[in-house]
Amino acid sequence: MKAFATLFTALDETTKTSVKTAALAEYFRSAPDDDKLWTAALFSGRRPKRAVTTTLLREWAAERAGIPLWLFEESYPIVGDLAETIALVLPETETPEERSLSFWISELLTLSQVPQEERKPRILSAWDRLETRQRFLFNKLITGGFRIGVSQKLMTRALAQATDRDESELAHRLMGDWTPQTTSWHALIEAEDAEAPLSRPYPFCLAHPVEDGPENLGPPTDWHAEWKWDGIRGQLILRGGEHFLWSRGEELMTDRFPEFARAKDVLPDGVVIDGEILAWDHATETPQSFANLQPRIGRKTVPKKLLKDAPAILYAYDLLEENGQDLRDRPFDERRSRLAHLLENQPDHSPLRLSPELAFDSWDALASQRKSARENRAEGLMLKARASTYHAGRKRGDWWKWKLDPLTIDGVMIYAQQGHGRRANLFTDFTFAVWKGNELVPFTKAYSGLTDEEFGQITAWVRKNTQQRFGPVRQVKAVHVFEIAFEGIQASPRHKSGIALRFPRMARWRHDKYAAQANTLDDLQELLSLYG
Amino acid sequence: MAVLTFTPEGIYCPAGDFHIDPWRPVPRALITHGHADHARPGHGAYLATHAAGPVMRHRLGDIALDWIAYGETRRIGGANVSFHPAGHVPGSAQIRVEVGGEVWVVSGDYKVEPDGFCEPFEPVKCHAFITECTFGLPVFRWRPQSEIAAEINAWWARCAAAGQTAMLGAYSLGKAQRLLAAIDSSIGPILTHGAVENTNAVLRAQGLSLPDTIPVTPETKGKDHPGALVIAPPSALGSTWARRFRPVSTGFASGWMQLRGIRRRRAADRGFVLSDHADWPGLLQAIRATEAEKIFVTHGYTEIFARYLRSEGWDAEVVPTEFTGEDLEEEA
Ligand SMILES: [Zn+2]
Ligand SMILES: [Zn+2]
Repeated sequence: MKAFATLFTALDETTKTSVKTAALAEYFRSAPDDDKLWTAALFSGRRPKRAVTTTLLREWAAERAGIPLWLFEESYPIVGDLAETIALVLPETETPEERSLSFWISELLTLSQVPQEERKPRILSAWDRLETRQRFLFNKLITGGFRIGVSQKLMTRALAQATDRDESELAHRLMGDWTPQTTSWHALIEAEDAEAPLSRPYPFCLAHPVEDGPENLGPPTDWHAEWKWDGIRGQLILRGGEHFLWSRGEELMTDRFPEFARAKDVLPDGVVIDGEILAWDHATETPQSFANLQPRIGRKTVPKKLLKDAPAILYAYDLLEENGQDLRDRPFDERRSRLAHLLENQPDHSPLRLSPELAFDSWDALASQRKSARENRAEGLMLKARASTYHAGRKRGDWWKWKLDPLTIDGVMIYAQQGHGRRANLFTDFTFAVWKGNELVPFTKAYSGLTDEEFGQITAWVRKNTQQRFGPVRQVKAVHVFEIAFEGIQASPRHKSGIALRFPRMARWRHDKYAAQANTLDDLQELLSLYG
Repeated sequence: MAVLTFTPEGIYCPAGDFHIDPWRPVPRALITHGHADHARPGHGAYLATHAAGPVMRHRLGDIALDWIAYGETRRIGGANVSFHPAGHVPGSAQIRVEVGGEVWVVSGDYKVEPDGFCEPFEPVKCHAFITECTFGLPVFRWRPQSEIAAEINAWWARCAAAGQTAMLGAYSLGKAQRLLAAIDSSIGPILTHGAVENTNAVLRAQGLSLPDTIPVTPETKGKDHPGALVIAPPSALGSTWARRFRPVSTGFASGWMQLRGIRRRRAADRGFVLSDHADWPGLLQAIRATEAEKIFVTHGYTEIFARYLRSEGWDAEVVPTEFTGEDLEEEA
């Protein structure tokens, strides 16, 4: 695993995309096929099944390190990463072994097949045979999540450099539900006549946010505008008499949304549609809130009541394939009119609708339409160049998202906790409260939004102003007011405040406000009644 | 009465009427070493080792400074005090205070691994030991200095071959000179930031030997010094001052580089795990060697460390302190 560890270190040590790409390409040129295949799998979110719970890993690591479990548990949040904490507390190995990445992964795959009581000696033995850096990676393979800034796009580019193949072809090859156990490097990347699996989706075309306003985009007539719906971006594939539903996160969701079995009755074969999965109100022909769709996301099987209360549709944005032909190189306008034609006269029970185009003759007119996004249950607007092809990934210039400004509320910081990973030594996780009479009611947590310098300031302050500790959580003096920005609000009986926010973050440190000037629970409830 | 007490000014000896490393101005201060969080301005009188004194003069100006040799016992009021090597930076000391046969030791900052540069740590037997615990967690275990020096040499040589300047961030008192003494100075020229070079000059004048260095001046150009290693305080990395050396590869040498999260936040290209503080095994080894039954912990993960010591049978407490504003990442 030395080569993989060297690759990991090289990727980890730089933020420069070009350096990362070069390191990865070099690895793809020199590593054995099985290791390359697993590397491509790991960096596209495919992991060996977890065979051991993190609870057991912690216990075994503490035992092997000869420290009490509580001490391990105290160290973990400071390090911020379980795999790393384990690698660091264990005694340095005296007899490191050099084995390939695939060797260690096959050890892990075996693990889930052997009886529970055999797992511990196998893990301990692996720890004893690995040097610290490789031990960390081995633990990462168990716990999952290689967050080192390697996007699928970056990996695809590196692969293209290493194999002299076209990037978009490789992107397509890497999509779908393959795993290193179901394919080989040759079949996945190299085989010329490889019959593309029926279920294979196209890489999603993604948009960049409009930063100031759309005025710099040129004449409005060059642009198509539509709502940016608040659901799950999805791709519906009808091929070979079967249907497949993919999420943008490349998750196959066909079984979770049985509604789409009917798509075969209303559409011809050889069709791929990009759209937004939404919970739908069939009576009013309008989307339901994202909160209603949420319970369906995590479920593999859907209870009848949920299916009835929150039936799903695909609000169609784009047509990527028709008659089995890839349309991604055609201009958006053509794809869109073919899509409209395809979806004409859909019967009521169809799980597809065409996401309407928003007509506008000036950017000002569009800006005023955007203001009503929330009432329409949209997050904002999408702008697509009428002449644009369907890109793989995020390419600047052709697709823009013009989101609504977030909702905001001023809250008082009442609890603080140290951050993880990159911010292990700083207080970065905070709980905020609003006033209910003289009482402060916590309503949200937030982690991001401040600069490193601000996190440094607040950290020094928290250390001096801690009133009480509950494990890693510190109760601090109710002094500092922060503007909390969020994307949505909903009722939540599980929370003390009775509300839950979507994507809360710290927009601003309100040095200009005293705690008493923060918002109240009534203010929050008003937002809930307006936008919930 | 206790030999030492903890007051808002810092550690105080009632029998001798003096403070140790106080953070507020006091009439008489005994100073473990010259780092800014230990040697503060404004005290009436200072006492430090011969090797620590010159840097304190350099940093604090014309202070009323008295000197003491390692191992020399001095009577102050009703207390006998002596200074013993702490292995942290040149001149750094643990301070031993004895009153009526009871011995307390204040560790200051220390490390137990000899670095081949400053006076090596010497354990001092005592009844009560007041110890720092900057790295008092079991995830902190240092590899030998020779391995880290080899990593730095390899990085420097690679930078030199690639036409980059290797710029290494290190605290200007202690870490910078330890690095200078440990690296292979035959790889290329070594340039130093003014803050580092000033300290170099002070230490050279007191007889410490360091490889030749070229001070960076406003006129210095990177391209005149191909293959160079530049040693600068961490704050200079990424500053406009550093621009003249582009293309640059940056490195940072600190015990905190042990943690990947901090390594990434520091945004240096390379992190080298090298600390002037004791690691977890070092702290435990030092504590055992004192044979003290009472342990006070300060500076670092105090609560966790004290709890661990108690679970291992020591009578351990956290030093009550008002001073909590330090940045854990400053390793001074
Ligand atoms: Zn210190
Ligand atoms: Zn120090």
